[in-house]
Amino acid sequence: MPLEIAQRVDAKGLACPMPIVKTAQAVKTMTSGQLLEVLATDAGSTKDFAAWCKTTGNELVESSAEGGVYRFVLRRK
Amino acid sequence: MTAVAEPPMVIADEPSVAPVPAVEDDGAAKSKDVLIILYSGDLEKTWAAMILATASAAMGVKTRVFMTFWGLLPFVKDSRRITGENWMQKLLSLMKRPGISHRKMSTMNFLGMGPWMLNSLAKKYKAAGPKELLEAAQAMGVEFIPCQMTTDLFGLKREDFIEGLGEPVGAATVIGLMTEGSSPLFI
Repeated sequence: MPLEIAQRVDAKGLACPMPIVKTAQAVKTMTSGQLLEVLATDAGSTKDFAAWCKTTGNELVESSAEGGVYRFVLRRK
Repeated sequence: MTAVAEPPMVIADEPSVAPVPAVEDDGAAKSKDVLIILYSGDLEKTWAAMILATASAAMGVKTRVFMTFWGLLPFVKDSRRITGENWMQKLLSLMKRPGISHRKMSTMNFLGMGPWMLNSLAKKYKAAGPKELLEAAQAMGVEFIPCQMTTDLFGLKREDFIEGLGEPVGAATVIGLMTEGSSPLFI
């Protein structure tokens, strides 16, 4: 699968639950297999994104943090 | 004659797993429904309910909010000042102002200082407020269902409520949803 980001969500500065709300809205517009990159600064987002992926069945391809910014790459199921 | 059903045969080296049904691909979960019963009309409790409702919808979970008693008041239009038909209902709306932008806190309200400070903090930390969350929840398909009995008790009319609410229902519908497996949450 090519690691080409199809869409990006900038949720930096937003508090819970807006990062996952924006992610869910973005995922709806994508097709199966496409990748979504999300940037967030909410400290709870590492666990929240893992939980979101587990519940919705979308794949968490990457989860990293750098300088207080959390980056997630999700694959639309 | 014995009518004992034979236990299903288990053959060890044959996979007993049923074929996985095709998942309807909408990027959402196929899990239990969530049912939030909003009884309180207090600012912070309405807020918490809206956070959970939007998060639940974002998780792809079918989400319903049943509003009863004071929980109805945030769903009356902000512009409505006096509601009801008789003096008691009118007095009630005068003392407990309806509308999502006019909620008071259950504690530390201090004549509006508390809500003002909470809203200022929310702005500072970029936390979405109850009104924004309610709009997001509606956009994501959360069903908001008023309680028929308390709607009548408060003398509320369809035109008093914000747009997009479901048909008012009673307790039996709510209990019915729970028996069908909705996870209930009473706020």
